[in-house]
Amino acid sequence: MKKEIIISGFGGQGGLAIGKNLAEAGMAEGLNVTWSPSYGPEMRGGTANCSVVLSDKPVGSPVFIHPTELIALNEPSLAKFESGVLPGGIIFVNSDVVTDRVQREDLTAYYIPCSQIADEVGNAKVSNMVMLGAYVAATKVLNPETIESMIQEMFAGPKAKFIPLNIEAFRRGMAAVQ
Amino acid sequence: MAIVYQKSKGLTDAELHYCPGCHHGIVHKLVAEVLEEMGLLDEAIGVCPVGCSVFAFRYFNCDMQQAAHGRAPAVATGIKRTHPNQPVFTYQGDGDLASIGAAEIVHAAMRGEKFTTIFINNAIYGMTGGQMAPTTLIGQKATTCQLGRTVEQAGMPMRVSELLSTMDGCVYAERVCVTDIANLNKAKKAIRKAFEKQMAGEGFTFVEVLSTCPTNWGMSPLKANQWLKDNMVPYYPLGVIKEV
Amino acid sequence: MAKELWKGNEAIAEAAIRAGCDCFFGYPITPQSEVPEYLSLHMPQHGKVFVQAESEVAAINMVYGAAASGMRAMTSSSSPGISLKQEGISYLTASELPCVIVNCMRGGPGLGTIQPGQSDYYQATRGGGNGDYRTICLAPCNIQEAVDLMQEAFDIADTYRNPVMVLMDGLTGQMMEPIEWREIPKRELPAKDWATTGKHGRDHTNFINSLYMVPEECDAHNAHLLEKCALMAEKEVRCEAVKCDDAEIVITAYGTPARIALTALDVLRAEGVKAGLFRPITLWPFPEKELHTLAGQDSVKAVLDVEMSAGGQMIDDIRLAVLGQKPVSYYGRAGGVIPTVEEIVEAAKKALKEAE
Repeated sequence: MKKEIIISGFGGQGGLAIGKNLAEAGMAEGLNVTWSPSYGPEMRGGTANCSVVLSDKPVGSPVFIHPTELIALNEPSLAKFESGVLPGGIIFVNSDVVTDRVQREDLTAYYIPCSQIADEVGNAKVSNMVMLGAYVAATKVLNPETIESMIQEMFAGPKAKFIPLNIEAFRRGMAAVQ
Repeated sequence: MAIVYQKSKGLTDAELHYCPGCHHGIVHKLVAEVLEEMGLLDEAIGVCPVGCSVFAFRYFNCDMQQAAHGRAPAVATGIKRTHPNQPVFTYQGDGDLASIGAAEIVHAAMRGEKFTTIFINNAIYGMTGGQMAPTTLIGQKATTCQLGRTVEQAGMPMRVSELLSTMDGCVYAERVCVTDIANLNKAKKAIRKAFEKQMAGEGFTFVEVLSTCPTNWGMSPLKANQWLKDNMVPYYPLGVIKEV
Repeated sequence: MAKELWKGNEAIAEAAIRAGCDCFFGYPITPQSEVPEYLSLHMPQHGKVFVQAESEVAAINMVYGAAASGMRAMTSSSSPGISLKQEGISYLTASELPCVIVNCMRGGPGLGTIQPGQSDYYQATRGGGNGDYRTICLAPCNIQEAVDLMQEAFDIADTYRNPVMVLMDGLTGQMMEPIEWREIPKRELPAKDWATTGKHGRDHTNFINSLYMVPEECDAHNAHLLEKCALMAEKEVRCEAVKCDDAEIVITAYGTPARIALTALDVLRAEGVKAGLFRPITLWPFPEKELHTLAGQDSVKAVLDVEMSAGGQMIDDIRLAVLGQKPVSYYGRAGGVIPTVEEIVEAAKKALKEAE
């Protein structure tokens, strides 16, 4: 099993954090993982992306041009990376921000209204968890319980009140692709 | 027989390589005496520059490091930050400190590094053969301003003590000379005060010593002493520039 | 030990603390700034020294002062900043001072790019500053190795009284990977009785110096440094050979291109091309004998060097080691472009075809 994922959006949209969550969950499940950011001044306002590898073998290249999945949080990201996705792969589109449709027909596209679902759950800040849920449900490479216990750890202590909110957002994201 | 004078224990027995009439030897002696009198020789770590005093590590009877040109204040920062309770000093000339090492001395003063800098200002590059320094006076001849320094070509000379005094981290700056016994005594007091303030942990301390370079000035030692008083002192006033 | 997800630069910084680094002096530059950022917070928490210097020039000279007074000292920077440190590195080596210098390389020349590069190989392995000298150069290809090598870097520096450079590229510094904090065996180290710590009752002064006015004395000093180089070359060479036993094409690479090449090996072997990887871990001393022997192996038909450099720099050492036994070709990208698996696969096939 090897997943090579590109997560891309505006700086501040949380794409890098989604990638980090995937890497951490993969690590928790004993997978080999890498997380590689694009870095530099373009991160402020411009498009920022990261590349994540989840693999049951040691990770060679941490960067790639043909991802198995693309998570596109804004239109420039979809435009830039759509053509590189492997045939049979998956593109996750944040449909609250991206109005374009995926042109390719040799892969699966999911349109997830992340912000809308997050608002319904009660906090716009948890839209990343919605997307994470969608990824986990669609690819089935990670156990949902791993993510949920990671959320418990992330918000341990005084932030514990955010746990139900995040878990709810994650589950709603899973439901969105099922 | 009573001993009326003897060489400071702060100096080794190595023979000085300085030219006749040069003030380096006198200033070495003053620094050495202060370190000895304050009981600091066993603790002190000094840094010598690139310039005429490049071999000062042979003369001071304490541990010494030889630094790259201008970098002594950075080197001393590395020593003092890791040995905060020990006396640390740099001994630098005008080319080393005011020209190539301007950034290092200014930032050491800004950070309030708790070491002492002894700055030998003889208004010329000595070791490399009499080139113009940032402190060379207007009209003063040097091998790279053979008709005399001009404002148009090189600007006005740098008053380093005044410059460093603008830094809050600099708690003491005094300009002295050693042309006569009265001034020599004042110079020694200034050096002592600088080390005392360093050991009290107050901040960066700086003593500028106006000095002669008879060889590169092309004068006898006596005439050089007079030239210093007549020409350098009016532009570089003696006394405490800053004391906090 | 549980695995932890660490960013390369922060992991290196933490590893330095664990390796007993007493003091760090640095200056911000992308893509290594997480090293000083991390240490600015954590060194004081461990009772250790952190100073943000006014320049890279000042930082390396602060390292000089601290190292000369017996401390485990470190600085880090990225390519243009490392250029500024070269004067200091020359002085440190000449004065026989141990220290660790991390170069998180970006593409050059000049201001170049902030994206990963490997164009500082010559500078790192040939001395870099003025004079005849070498610094040991360790080149990790992943974060675990970078972390493991930090303890070694300090120990090697202290063993030989010589600066050690840890040469990695911006990607290794910026990426995150799970690591384990392993106990690295510590070396037995010589006492630093030469350090300028203050006399403290010693019957002589210690002084640190790199100036020799008498040519014969400077010549003798150079001979001494050269002897040390020979000893380091004998004792400290490190390299790794992957799938080379039956390899027809040997890819040579260090740092990030080496791990990309590992994926390329899988692709090539799946297509029936017997590919192997030879990875120097010490760039100086270079694993010359090891590569020479490998290139002489009957199965090997060609060697392909892959670097993130315009025309290749390590390729000079590759050629000197292969010594014409087999054809050596080059594939690389510069300016911050990272070679892809696909490109390396193609280059390997081409190299093999040309050799046949």
